Amino acid sequence: MIKARVTVTLKNGVLDPQGKAIEGALGALGFDGVNQIRQGKVFDLTLDGTDKAAAEESLKAMCEKLLANTVIENYAISIA
Amino acid sequence: MKSAVVQLPGLNRDRDMIAALTKISGTAPITVWQTETEIPDVDLIVIPGGFSYGDYLRCGAIAARMPVMQAIKAKAEQGVKVLGVCNGFQILLEAGMLPGALMRNASLKFVCREIKLEVANDETDFTRAYAKGQIIRCPVAHHDGNYFADAETLAAIEGNGQVVFRYAEGTNPNGSLNDIAGVINTKGNVLGMMPHPENLIEAAHGGNDGRGLFASALDVIAAA
Repeated sequence: MIKARVTVTLKNGVLDPQGKAIEGALGALGFDGVNQIRQGKVFDLTLDGTDKAAAEESLKAMCEKLLANTVIENYAISIA
Repeated sequence: MKSAVVQLPGLNRDRDMIAALTKISGTAPITVWQTETEIPDVDLIVIPGGFSYGDYLRCGAIAARMPVMQAIKAKAEQGVKVLGVCNGFQILLEAGMLPGALMRNASLKFVCREIKLEVANDETDFTRAYAKGQIIRCPVAHHDGNYFADAETLAAIEGNGQVVFRYAEGTNPNGSLNDIAGVINTKGNVLGMMPHPENLIEAAHGGNDGRGLFASALDVIAAA
């Protein structure tokens, strides 16, 4: 079994009003000095097999085809 | 005019679309389910609004990867007209049939109100019944209608006249770049828009500003 984590984040230049709202909420709670927050997504996957290179390829395809909307999002893959 | 309305789990504006197409074309549309891999001969395919697949992952993300989408892409390649309204627009974008992306409304609120639309391009098969610059009323109801495209794509679609509708008179409800409310592909047969023209087609709706869109598609198809 291979465990992998995919992180999907907004590209620079894409506005993130949700991030801004969270920034405001942190400020209201008294956390000063938060310059920016941008909200992303995390997918934890468990894959069959033990071939990490193959898994990486497969995960990249999953990101390109479904997990990330590459018009507005970037992705990062990490394999345990 | 033969038309088809796509039905997916979670869509809820299909009945309004079926009603509008029936009333304006005189013929009830056929319905197409998510698993269809072939669509019969029709002149217009409509993907209506709602919350297909619960908006899971991203709005329209799962719908865009269902078998029926391949069938729709094939028809679009052949020149069949495709109209995506609201979730339908999100689906067309996720399927790569139109440029750009739709994000959460800038206000973070679900917006349900009437807005004003400017017809930015009156030469498309969907907008011939309108005049360039004409302002029409149209209802919107969405949470994720904030249109985005990178600078290069934006310049291209503006330059190509691919922006068909813009929010007018300060009524942009969602923060869309350049007030973009509806976009067409370069071939001119696939239109996506966030507002709901099917909900302003008769006196009972309080207006018929939306009729022109369906009438345009009908006239063009009847003439073909």
